[in-house]
Amino acid sequence: MKTVNVKFAGLGGTGVIKASDVFAELVFELGHDVKKAEVHGMSQRGGSIASDVRYGDKVESPMIPEGEADFLVVFDETQVIVNEVFLKKGGTLLTEKDIDVTKLPNIKSLNVAMLGKLSRYFDFPPEKWDIALKKLFDPKFHAGNAEAFKIGRGE
Amino acid sequence: MLAFNPKDHRMLVSGNEAIALALLHSNVQLASGYPGTPSSEILETFSELGGYAQWSPNEKVAAEVALGASFGNARSAVTMKHVGLNVASDVLYTATYSGLQGAMVWIVADDPGQGSSQNEQDTRNHAKASVCPMFEPSNAQEAYDFVRLAFEVSHQFQIPVIVRMTTRVDHSKSILVPKEKPLEALVPNFVRNIPHRVMVPGYAKPAGKRLRAKMEDMRKWNETEGPNKMEMRSADLGIITSGISYHHVREAAPDASILKLGMTYPFPEALVKDFAKKCKRLFVIEENDPWLAETIRAMGIQVESKFDPVFRFGELDVTRVRRILNGETSPDPIPVKGKAPALCVGCPHRSSFAVLKDLGCIISGDIGCYTLAALPPFEAMDMMIDMGAAIGMGLGLRHVLPREQAKKVVSVIGDSTFVHSGITGLVEMAYNKPETGHVVVILDNSITAMTGQQEHPGTGRHLDHSPSYKIDYTQIAKAAGIQNVEIVDPVKNPEAMKKAVSEALAKDELSLIVAKSPCILALKSILAWDKANKERAEKLSKGEH
Repeated sequence: MKTVNVKFAGLGGTGVIKASDVFAELVFELGHDVKKAEVHGMSQRGGSIASDVRYGDKVESPMIPEGEADFLVVFDETQVIVNEVFLKKGGTLLTEKDIDVTKLPNIKSLNVAMLGKLSRYFDFPPEKWDIALKKLFDPKFHAGNAEAFKIGRGE
Repeated sequence: MLAFNPKDHRMLVSGNEAIALALLHSNVQLASGYPGTPSSEILETFSELGGYAQWSPNEKVAAEVALGASFGNARSAVTMKHVGLNVASDVLYTATYSGLQGAMVWIVADDPGQGSSQNEQDTRNHAKASVCPMFEPSNAQEAYDFVRLAFEVSHQFQIPVIVRMTTRVDHSKSILVPKEKPLEALVPNFVRNIPHRVMVPGYAKPAGKRLRAKMEDMRKWNETEGPNKMEMRSADLGIITSGISYHHVREAAPDASILKLGMTYPFPEALVKDFAKKCKRLFVIEENDPWLAETIRAMGIQVESKFDPVFRFGELDVTRVRRILNGETSPDPIPVKGKAPALCVGCPHRSSFAVLKDLGCIISGDIGCYTLAALPPFEAMDMMIDMGAAIGMGLGLRHVLPREQAKKVVSVIGDSTFVHSGITGLVEMAYNKPETGHVVVILDNSITAMTGQQEHPGTGRHLDHSPSYKIDYTQIAKAAGIQNVEIVDPVKNPEAMKKAVSEALAKDELSLIVAKSPCILALKSILAWDKANKERAEKLSKGEH
């Protein structure tokens, strides 16, 4: 299969890295070759942050080239302009505007709600997403995350 | 955190996690280091996996501890970022002469693109200059495999070995399949060998000759057994590359033949000559310095390479590799600027810099989160060069500036940075006291914050947060000869901080002010670690175990 590219972007502290970890874990468990890239360090102090997940039969570079992201998932509207150069023509842009954030039990679970939204574009069984969420989060967040995921997915 | 299940044959891990696992599977007895992005997670993960890991005050001491362990026939590792190797280079340049008995691997992480570093230096230059063998992994699997191989080679040839990482390899996750069998543990034991361990000229001169002969043996080993791969596809274009650039090349030029060098020093010359003969057009793709290109050209082989005025700077990626192969020389398009990082809301450094700015200080600064004070809105740091430099640079200014300017100079340094290289600055301050005196402020947030909240000798806890001796900055200052020493809380009592700094500035004396208030991000963890240590101590005193 052709490599699928998903770019997550936002500001430091909004759960960008965590969301990309969940998605990478999911596609890894489904048996694909996976690579994931991100930049740590100064970006943790509230600055712009982005994380790339690429999966397929064989992934080479861990970074999504410009104009090749199938999905751009942005947790903070201000970061669309910073990252849209990576989205391919006809690719899918998802932002927090696609979610009714007022329904979320906790605004910190926006990243999980965005994963819920993203999940509509893939054929993966919902329980596989749930397993990945459980693996990456502390059990005490699980109920809240499950709810946020459903809200994002629109169920 | 790396949840390692030995039954897992396939794992998704970062390069740093892969190295930690390789340290475990190499039966490393001691791993030391000083935190520095992008290398910091290696020792933390190794410790979580059950290995013995420690933070040292700085990279030089860390390397000396690991070298000593290898003299005792142990397998040891030291981790640092590229600029950390400058601090530890004094150890490296003679440890290659002496050689060792067990095995020692230096994990050195470069930061092409300067994600969080003050320069973009290329460790490959250090490897060549210090005559130290070097491996360059390109993904998590190779990070794991090459570290294990580096330990084997280090023991076989009795020499320290560098594994040169880059940010993208340290922090990218990819799939790792660990090996079934660990390396057999070495048994520590001291065997006296004075001519090989005491590098006085009489012993060091023959050691230098032995080292060059050893490099020739290792070059031959690298030609035939080194982890290099020749992938022949079309003969029209042959690309020589190493590290992460290999994966960018595979994607940008899928039909090209590739010579991927896993061990770049000593350089496998015959292999490169052989590959060059097989290709009509020869290209080098590498990040930062034209290190491979210059080495190959010095062998008399013509090779094309990147246009350095553009591509020497920053990371490579697939798009840039395509541009390099097209021979482009135009500047890269300027990306849309993201949001810059800033001091956290509630960060104690905000209060300290508000005071220093208010008093119109000339601020000689240092390396840590607080360097962010140089950016708007504070713009309250006038210089920053290297770890510990705040004190020396401040003293230099005090010595030469006209009195009214000299009286405004303050050196500002973080707690971890002070322990790393600020103590010798205090000694200098008392020994060569400027006429106007001097003022040093330690911004003590009780953690190494910038790199992700690591312990240091001033926190009173080890790398794994267990209790340790806690050094006292005020006692050190007094012993060094600093007259006025004061501790203030810049958050709870900014007026006291202001009073302390203005009084210190008014005197022609030497003053140390410790602005003590914990990192807002680390506070919860610090309280939990101290509570756990207190409970443990109480149990022990009651005789429970």
